[in-house]
Amino acid sequence: MNATERKPNDEIAESLDGAGKVFILGCQGCPIGCETGGQPWVNDMTALVTGAGKAVTGSALIDMICNKALVGIRLGRMVEKLAAADAILVGSCGVGVQAVGNMVGRRAVPAMNTICMGDYQGLWPSEERCAECGECVLAHTGGLCPVTLCAKSLMNGQCGGTGDDGSCEVSPERRCGWHLIYERLRALGRLDDMRRPQAPRDYRKREIADARRRTIRWALEVAEAEDADQPQAVEP
Amino acid sequence: MSQLQQRLQAGDFVVTGEIGPPKGVNVGPVLHEAEQYLKGNVVAVNVTDIQTAVMRVGSLAVSKMLVDRGIEPVFQMVCRDRNRLALQSDLLSAAVLGIENVLALTGDHVVMGDHKDAKPVYDVDSVGLLRAMSGLEAGTDMGLDMKGNPNQLDGAPTFFKGCCTTPCGPDPEAQVIKLEKKVAAGAQFVQTQAVYDPATFEAFMKRIAHVRVPVLVGIVALKSAGMAKYMNRGVPGVQVPDAIIQRMADAPKEDRKKVSAEIAGELVRQMRPMCQGAHLMTLGWDDLVPDILAAAGLKP
Repeated sequence: MNATERKPNDEIAESLDGAGKVFILGCQGCPIGCETGGQPWVNDMTALVTGAGKAVTGSALIDMICNKALVGIRLGRMVEKLAAADAILVGSCGVGVQAVGNMVGRRAVPAMNTICMGDYQGLWPSEERCAECGECVLAHTGGLCPVTLCAKSLMNGQCGGTGDDGSCEVSPERRCGWHLIYERLRALGRLDDMRRPQAPRDYRKREIADARRRTIRWALEVAEAEDADQPQAVEP
Repeated sequence: MSQLQQRLQAGDFVVTGEIGPPKGVNVGPVLHEAEQYLKGNVVAVNVTDIQTAVMRVGSLAVSKMLVDRGIEPVFQMVCRDRNRLALQSDLLSAAVLGIENVLALTGDHVVMGDHKDAKPVYDVDSVGLLRAMSGLEAGTDMGLDMKGNPNQLDGAPTFFKGCCTTPCGPDPEAQVIKLEKKVAAGAQFVQTQAVYDPATFEAFMKRIAHVRVPVLVGIVALKSAGMAKYMNRGVPGVQVPDAIIQRMADAPKEDRKKVSAEIAGELVRQMRPMCQGAHLMTLGWDDLVPDILAAAGLKP
C-alpha cells in the first residue's frame, strides 16, 4: 500500500490558486486503506473548493489511479467535465497524481502527501514513480516529480547537464526531469510555478515513523510479507 | 571585501582564471602555474571542486594555499558530495581561512567520474546552498533550535557569492528562471559555462538584462579540433561553431597553443561590450593566460 495523509486545506487552496474550475478525482485503492480517500474525501474537497468560490466541474473515484489505462477508460466518459476544468485535484499517492497529469494534459494538483513506508510503487504503475518524500510538490511542477525524474533530485530547476536533445547527463537514454517539467509548465502556461523557490527537503520524512510501525495495518503487511517468504508448511 | 567584489563594483572588466587540484598530493605544479601565469594577470583564481566527479585534492585546501601565496581564490563548492552540515561547516572553515569568494554549483553526477558507485548527495541544490550562505552571513544556519528558531552563530562570516549559468544550452528560458532564483537566494556574480558563439551570448544577456548581477563570460581554451568536436558531442550546453573547429584543425601542431590563445582572445574582445568580465578556463594550459589577455587587448 502507498500510504497517504491529507495535505492541510490551506496548502490545497494555495495549490489551486488561479484555477476557477476544478475537477475532483480520488483513488479508491490505497487511500481507502489508509482512510484518507474515497467518497468522504470527495465531499470534503467539494466543500473546500466551492467554499473558496470555485466551481466543481465534476468528480470521480477510480479504483487504481496509478494505472493510466484505468484512468483513461474511466475518464473517457467525462471528457467535457475534465476539459472544462482549470485543474484536477487528485486524491492519491504521487504515482497517481503523475499518471493523471500524463493522461489528461491538465494541471494535476496533489491533495495528499505520500508518506514513507519504505518504498512501494502502487499496484499497477507504469513509468510514474513516487519517492514517498512526504512533501508532495507536484502542484508546482506540472504534475511531474522532480525527486524521481531528476537524477539529482534537484528541487529548483535543471542543472547544467541537460543535453541539447533534452537528455540527462547521466545517460543519453534518460530524459532530463526538469526539461520535462519546463516543457509541461510552458504548455500549461504556468512557468511562474518554476519561479517558486523550493526549500530543501525534510529527510526525517523518509524515515518510517514509529507511529506507523505501531499500527495494525503495518503489522498485517509485515506478517503477509513474512508469510509469502516462507515455504508452505507440510503437515506431518 | 574581496578584490573580485571591489573590482566588479568599480565597474572594471574583470578576468578570472581557474586551476584544478591534482589527483594525489603533488600540488607543486599547479601552485607553480598559478604563481607563474595567473598571479598578477587575473583578479581571482577559481579552484575546482572534485571536477567531473574525479576524486582529487579538495578545493578548500588549495584555495587556502592560494591565499598563502597572495592569490585570491574563488572557492568552488558543488552539492554532490556534502550534506547541509558539511557544506555549512566548510563555508565557516573557508571564512576563517580568509576565503571570501565562493561559487555555488550543482556538480556533475557521480556517474560522470571515477567513483561511479558513490552515493550522490544533493541534500541541497545550488539555490539552497546560496540561501545557506546568505543565512550564515545573517548569523544563522539552516537548523532550528528547540523553540523552532534558527540556530545562532558565534560570529558570522562574509562571502562574495557566485553562481553559474549556461547561456548556450537548451531551454534558455528555464536557465533564466533558475538564475533569477539564484540571485534571489543571494548570488552576487555569475561565471558562465563556456561560450563560443557571441551572438547566442548576446541574446542570452538580453534575456537576463533585468537580473542586476555582474556576468563573467566563460572561455575554455581549445586544445585541438578533436576536443572541440568532443565538447559538441559530449558536454551539455557547449557549442563550438564549425569555423572555430576548422581554425584549430588547420593549425600545425606546433602552432595550436598560439591559435587557441588567439581564438580565446578574440572571443573575449567580441563579448567584452556585452558583460562585466571573462572567466578563463585553460585546463592545464595556464601559460596561455598572458597570450589570451594580449589577444583580447587587455594586456600589452
